[in-house]
Amino acid sequence: MEVSRHWRLQEQRYKLVGETCDNCGVKLFPPRDVCLECAAPAKELYTFTGLGEVYSYTTIYDAPAGFEQQAPYSVALVKLEEGPIVTAQLTDMDEDEMYIGMPVEMVTRKLRTDGDEGMIVYGYKFRPVQFEMAVK
Amino acid sequence: MTDFNKLMKPDRPVGIVGYGAYVPRFRIPAKEISQMWTNGVGGVPIQEKAVNGLDEDVATMSVEAARNALLRGQVDPQDIRAVWVGSESHPYAVKPTSTIVAEAIGAVPNTLAADWEFACKAGTEAMQAGIGFVGSGMARYALTIGMDTAQGRPGDALEYTAAAGGAAILLGPADEAVAIINASYSFVTDTPDFWRRAHAEYPSHGDRFTGEPAYFKHILGAAEALMSEMGTTAADYDWAVFHQPNAKFPERVGKQLGFSMEQIKPGLLSPRIGNTYSGSSMIGLTAILDVAEPGDRILMVSYGSGSGSDAFDLTVTDKLPEVRANAPTTEAYIARRKEINYATYTRYRDKLKMS
Amino acid sequence: MTNVSIIGIGCTAVNEHWDTSIRHLAWYAIEAALDDADISKVDALYVGNMLAGQLSQQNHLGALVADFAGLRGIEAVTVEAADASGGVALRQAVLAVQSGLVETALVVGVEKMTDQTGSPITAALATGLDADYEAMHGLTAAGAGALLMRRYMHEYGVSVSDFAGFSVNAHANGADNPLAMFRNRLKAEAFAKASPIATPVSLFDAAPAGDGAAAVIVVNSEKAMDMSPQPIRILGSALATDTLALHDRKNPLWLGAAERSAQKAMAMAGVTPDDVDLFELHDAFTVLAALSLEAAGFAAPGAGWQLARDGQIGRDGRIPISTFGGLKARGNPGGATGVYQIVEVARQLRGQAEACQVPDAKIGMVQNLGGAGATAVTHILGV
Repeated sequence: MEVSRHWRLQEQRYKLVGETCDNCGVKLFPPRDVCLECAAPAKELYTFTGLGEVYSYTTIYDAPAGFEQQAPYSVALVKLEEGPIVTAQLTDMDEDEMYIGMPVEMVTRKLRTDGDEGMIVYGYKFRPVQFEMAVK
Repeated sequence: MTDFNKLMKPDRPVGIVGYGAYVPRFRIPAKEISQMWTNGVGGVPIQEKAVNGLDEDVATMSVEAARNALLRGQVDPQDIRAVWVGSESHPYAVKPTSTIVAEAIGAVPNTLAADWEFACKAGTEAMQAGIGFVGSGMARYALTIGMDTAQGRPGDALEYTAAAGGAAILLGPADEAVAIINASYSFVTDTPDFWRRAHAEYPSHGDRFTGEPAYFKHILGAAEALMSEMGTTAADYDWAVFHQPNAKFPERVGKQLGFSMEQIKPGLLSPRIGNTYSGSSMIGLTAILDVAEPGDRILMVSYGSGSGSDAFDLTVTDKLPEVRANAPTTEAYIARRKEINYATYTRYRDKLKMS
Repeated sequence: MTNVSIIGIGCTAVNEHWDTSIRHLAWYAIEAALDDADISKVDALYVGNMLAGQLSQQNHLGALVADFAGLRGIEAVTVEAADASGGVALRQAVLAVQSGLVETALVVGVEKMTDQTGSPITAALATGLDADYEAMHGLTAAGAGALLMRRYMHEYGVSVSDFAGFSVNAHANGADNPLAMFRNRLKAEAFAKASPIATPVSLFDAAPAGDGAAAVIVVNSEKAMDMSPQPIRILGSALATDTLALHDRKNPLWLGAAERSAQKAMAMAGVTPDDVDLFELHDAFTVLAALSLEAAGFAAPGAGWQLARDGQIGRDGRIPISTFGGLKARGNPGGATGVYQIVEVARQLRGQAEACQVPDAKIGMVQNLGGAGATAVTHILGV
């Protein structure tokens, strides 16, 4: 697996660090440096709370190479409370528990492993908000 | 100046400023394991044990426990000078778990990250060193973690108990602490009761040899020395937690030291989550901190095969009730439970031969 | 209106062509198109391909195919836009001929899936998504379709079975197409019970990946009148893009690129949806068929599925789609798909569609999507 490609995304993957647009105030994740809304430069870093809700979801049975050992697994569009939607796996729940609108929170998990000897890539997934004190 | 007696006591008083637990949600009942190997005949050492999911390892579990400790500690991660993870199931043989945790909680780069290993006491060993680190003034805060996705050979006695979970303890100045560490002590001999050779998948052990000359000798040695130096007896403590490889050993060693079942009950988690190896005594401590009141005194004694014990004498402060609810309790993690069968367990624990 | 016309078409069957390499596949389609146009030389070759670099370790198809097809020395280049590669290759040929810099342009869409099998194909198809922010999280092409379908069902209150009509229609038409990958008819009742690929997308919902190649030859329209008994005019041609990742779209259920390219192409052709006699759309998943019908103006937002329910998408319906089986039954040979769509509409307009013929077809619309609609290329063809 491409080591540097994953290493350079660690801030985003471990901590949901995105950006804020100075011009219109929109929060961006993934960071993209140019505002999605107003096309102004957006380079100020912003750490998302990790709270959001499920916008849509799917459970993948036909897994791509590198994900076979995880299948079936669920991928969702999660709408973060700050506005952006992020694509991420859902974890710590079964498919029959999932629903659109479900409140979820970010956790750091293994995204994939490059065989028995390669690197382990960690990053964000989401699980149901399940404790009274939501982890912020 | 410290008297150079057996005790370990830093120049500047040190305490626990934050703590956090983690237990994955899967459970396999010991009966399900005995069904596999003994037709369910005979007793089992615990009710059930916690099993990590496919996307969890010591790094991810440590990150969550560390985040919980920070929620309670309310410190700037940039002020943490040590991120130390004790485990015998580090995801990499070479490459620190601790850098992953430090990066994820925002403690990089001004910190000393390191992985520790001493069988089941790797986490408390990091705590001992952390007390020194903070107590010497080298660090304001040191984050110490004991976490495992414990290995047990299929069919072996250890398979019934080897579990996943652990805790993070954030050490800092005593005046910020939820519990002050009055003193600590370490007791070590060369006792080969349990080991895992390099590249071996599963640990080997001395069976009954792991009892008297190993677990009991070292826990008793550490606890008795600490209590003797501190001039205390079991009656001076409100709570006690001992390394918990099963349900029986900690109960018996507690009794031998004069502790009642009431004193050890809140921290005795092994019947419900199993032996979380490096996390075992530390997660027991978090469960006690979840219920202890200001002024309560706590004795914690770990045990790591090979062998040694670290013993800690703590007193809860007024700050504990203020921060307790900032993160999920250990019991909340234990209550989060999904039972799995042996087949699912073999998949989640990577026991299926795929090639 | 463009001044470009199609004078030759050809394609292979879509199938698992185990004994045929990518260069041979391309050649068979080119040979058929050259024969159809009754010419032997072209000036430029545009190869639409998505996956050869990954599945066959073969890039640089422009030079390879030109050489192998006996066209050594001509201008030749590969065009890649995920599974819109074929349609985008035609777009490049139209630009080239319209500009006058190229006289005769050959377009071939070719995809060789079966140099690999199983999960490497699924992974290769996912490279049309955002690698860092979608595919790295395990999302697949079918998964992206599934995220759209689930949200569509939620917002518009429809069920999985409500999408069955699209697959039933595609298979009914595919049954009449000897070149289709699947020629079996599908029962609506079986649709909701099919094995999941990425819930709610099932085996009967998703188009199958297959090997195939299709080719068309285009020249200036005046010249075409002399060269071909039945030239097909390219009345409109437009390409638009959207965010690569679904999550960056304000309303993921609106295929903005599909709408923009359709409107632009229709404006160029001077037609409205009412004038269109058939619409070859990108039914990689049934939800994409519904969303494409909506984006192109054939149905209101949220109402695309009703055209399938009401029998309006059949060959005798209000807006026939997937007339040779579509991606679902003819098969989805990735970067070749967009050229198959053109070949099929040309056959309809020539009146050579045989059992698949749409009666009195005069104006045909073709829309080829890349990824989850991040690229959309639309062509309007007429006689």
